[in-house]
This record gives sequence, structure tokens and C-alpha cells, in this order.
Amino acid sequence: MTLAMLPFILAFLLLVVGLYAIVAKRNLIKIIVGILVLDYAANLLLVLMGYRTPPAGGAPVAPILTGGAHEADALAATAVDPIPQALVLTSIVIGLSVTALVVALAIRLYEKYGTFDTNLMRNLKG
Amino acid sequence: MQGMSLIVKTVTRLVAGFIVLFGAYIVLYGHLTPGGGFTGGVILAGGLALVVLAFGEDYARNVLTHSWARVGDTMGALLFLLVAVLGFVGGVFFTNFLPVGAVGRLVSAGTIPVSNLAIGIKVGAGLFGVFVALAVFRRTAAGGQEPGQSIEPDA
Amino acid sequence: MDPILWILLALLAFMLVGALIAIETRDLLSSVICVGAIGFGTSLIFLLLGAPDLAVTQVVVEILVLVVLVRVVITRRDEAVTTSRSTLPVGVVLLALGVMAAVVFATIADGEADQDLRLRPFGQPRLTQIVDATLLAPAGRPELAPAGATAPASVGGAFLQDGLLQDEASRGSGAANYVMGILLDYRAYDTLGEATVIFVAVVGAYAVLRKVGRSHHAGNESDR
Repeated sequence: MTLAMLPFILAFLLLVVGLYAIVAKRNLIKIIVGILVLDYAANLLLVLMGYRTPPAGGAPVAPILTGGAHEADALAATAVDPIPQALVLTSIVIGLSVTALVVALAIRLYEKYGTFDTNLMRNLKG
Repeated sequence: MQGMSLIVKTVTRLVAGFIVLFGAYIVLYGHLTPGGGFTGGVILAGGLALVVLAFGEDYARNVLTHSWARVGDTMGALLFLLVAVLGFVGGVFFTNFLPVGAVGRLVSAGTIPVSNLAIGIKVGAGLFGVFVALAVFRRTAAGGQEPGQSIEPDA
Repeated sequence: MDPILWILLALLAFMLVGALIAIETRDLLSSVICVGAIGFGTSLIFLLLGAPDLAVTQVVVEILVLVVLVRVVITRRDEAVTTSRSTLPVGVVLLALGVMAAVVFATIADGEADQDLRLRPFGQPRLTQIVDATLLAPAGRPELAPAGATAPASVGGAFLQDGLLQDEASRGSGAANYVMGILLDYRAYDTLGEATVIFVAVVGAYAVLRKVGRSHHAGNESDR
């Protein structure tokens, strides 16, 4: 277990913390916070897997061609993997839409039961 | 919900145009600089949400109504599907059939700018509509025996 | 690589602490603000790792999420949540499982060799592979083989190498932003699916918040 695996382990721990919040909490807002943390941790893990260390201690090279078409080969040798970034870009916006949907459900549940506590909601049948 | 104070309204009047312009710039130059349809769409939704938050609920019911958000959402989705179906001109579904051109110019890369525009309109209008429905229309505080305000028109 | 790795570990530790605070605190507004801190930390990490598109998108999305959550929480302070039973044993068990799983994941997933299918170490993704250089030599003249020839070994490597080309064999995308070229030309069908997911989530939120068809008489719980 080298030092190079430590970012993956920390991102994985963040994922587990989000899962714990969804499973073990009673307040509906805490469950929504858990869903958000899970989403961020999954995106982070994907982008961490695509990172390529820059040569000779420079800055990480983003996969964007700024110099013109003749620089494409130099970019291909040093750039970060673009596929995880393409996957995560839409995933961030989907996370926002799903959060909006879950918050709409929470608003409706608060209107109906008057509380955010899921144990009380189970006992109050309508 | 009411609008905010006079300072916020004045600053919003000055700044909202620049935010929408910045969002449109990121959508249109998405194939050259960092950004693209999704990022520009979220910035557009944020700018419009700032205007609605600063000027209150009446503005959201009369000027930037919810029906505009729905129209924008569906038109953006239909434009994206149109680009996909027109790809049959080039052979298969979703072919990049327009000419590619020189790398680095604004009009280049085939159908990618048109797709960016469609996605920007769709994401911007959709997220603005959801934001207005969630955060502007006030719900009752507790109980739930009387219906809160809704997003349907009162007529 | 070293300064970037240390800054990255510091930011990840900050995000872990923020997540634990967001989940354990009693006050709902504080937990929402901690979620904002986690989101901005994620945006800084994206910027450090060479992903400027993602950093911009994450910042703007985080602002909208914060506004929506604060709007929901601030008028409905639900402070009457008293824990009659303790949630600590479940939490301790889950955290212990998580630590064990992380250690197992790290020890068996360290794939260094070129043909290995396990997870690569941080900073060395599998983009190119060394091919047998004699295969690239002209026929019958193996001494002319180019030295150190590499070929793309994954989809990312293939796109980086010839995603921009335009000849009669492979029609490239022509976009200078490789991420947009992948999203809207190479993998445009996936983008159509994701636009559909956003559309369905938005329509679902409208359907939940609608007034038509709901009756609020006491005892009536089904909507038509």
C-alpha cells in the first residue's frame, strides 16, 4: 500500500461517510446531505483515476488545445485523460437535478406531516 | 416572497446582463475554451435565478414566467434531437455532418456548436424552472391542511 | 508531483472532516453550509487535477444547490429531533466496514504492470502501451524498427492521439476542447441519455410540486 494509493482511499472513505448518512440518520435533510456527499465522492473518485502526473514538475496539463493543430502530438503525450472528465461533467449537472427532485419530495412531505423526522412519519399515517 | 432591498435591486439591474452574457459566451465558445453547454446552461440559470430572487415573486409570475421555462426546456431538447436525426444525412444517427473547418476558429468542428447551443438552452431553462418552482413559491409552514401556492396559473 | 499530492491530501482530509461535521451536527443550517464547503473543496481539487471545465461547473452547481437547500431549511427549523435510541452502533459498524474495505481495496488493487487489469497507482493512468517495435518495421528489415514505440491502450489514449485528425480514414471531431469533442461527437449518444435524465428529473420535480389533482381533505391520502 504505497503513498500513491492514499487519494483513492480518502475518496473511498468519503463515499462510505455519505452512505452512512443515508442509512443511519433519521432527519430527512441529513439524508439529502448524505446523497449529496455520495455524489461528490463518486465524481471525485472518477476524476482521480484519470490524472496523469506532469513531466518534470510542471503544472498538470488540461486536455485543451490552445496552440493550434500542430501541437496536438505534444498534448497527447502529457495531457490528463479526458474520458473521466467527460463522464463527470454531465454527472455534476445530473446531481443538481436529482437534488432538486429530492428536495421537492422533502417539501411535500413537510407539508403533509409537519416534520422532517422519518420515524414520526412512519407512525402518523396521513 | 418579497424582493430584496434597494441596494440588491440596483446591483442586480447592473450585473444581471453581464451574467447572462457570460453564460452565453461559455455556451458558444464551448468547443474552444473550457466550458460548454452544461456549464453555460447552469450559469444562465443562476443569472435568471438572481433576477427572480432580487425582484420577488410578482416578477416571477408576470415577466419571467414558468411557461417560458417549460417552452425553453422542450425547445432545447427538440433542437438536440433534430441535430441527432439530421445526422442521417451523413450516414448514421448522430453523425457530425457539417464541415469541420480549421481547428481553433469559432465556426468549426461541425455540429458541435449547434449541439452546445441546444444543450445550453435546455439546461438553463430546465434548472431555472425547477429553481423557481422550489424556492420562490411559498409553501405553508407546517401542518399541510391548506394547499400552498402552486406553479399552475391562477386563472 | 509531490506538492500537488500533499495539497490534494490536505484538501481531501478537509473534505472528510467537513462531511463528518455536516452529518453529525444538530443544526440544519450548519450542515447545509458544511455541504457548501465540501463542494468548494471538490472544485479546488478539480482545478488542481487539470480539469477546468469541471471546476467551473462544480462552483456554479454548488451555488445553486446551496441556495435551494438554504431556502428549504431556513423557514422550517426542525429542532425537535430527539434521539430516543442512539445511532452510534450503526455508525461505528459502518465506519469500521468502510476502513476495512478501503484497506482491502488499496492492497489488492495496486496494478503496476502494463497488462494488469487492476487499478493503477495515482498519477499513472493506462493511456499508452509499449508495442513490439519490430512489428512496426518495414517487411524484411527488422533493424529499421523505431525505438520505444507506443500505441494507445485505452479509449482515452486513442482519443488523445487521433481525436483531432481529419483524413479519409478517421473523421476527427475538430474541437480544440477535447472534453467537448468526446461529449458531443465521440460519445454523443451518452449525452442524449444524460439530457434525458435531466429532463425526467425536472419533470418529476414539477409533478411533485403540482397542485392539480391533489385533495387535502382529512383522511384522503391517495392522489389521482
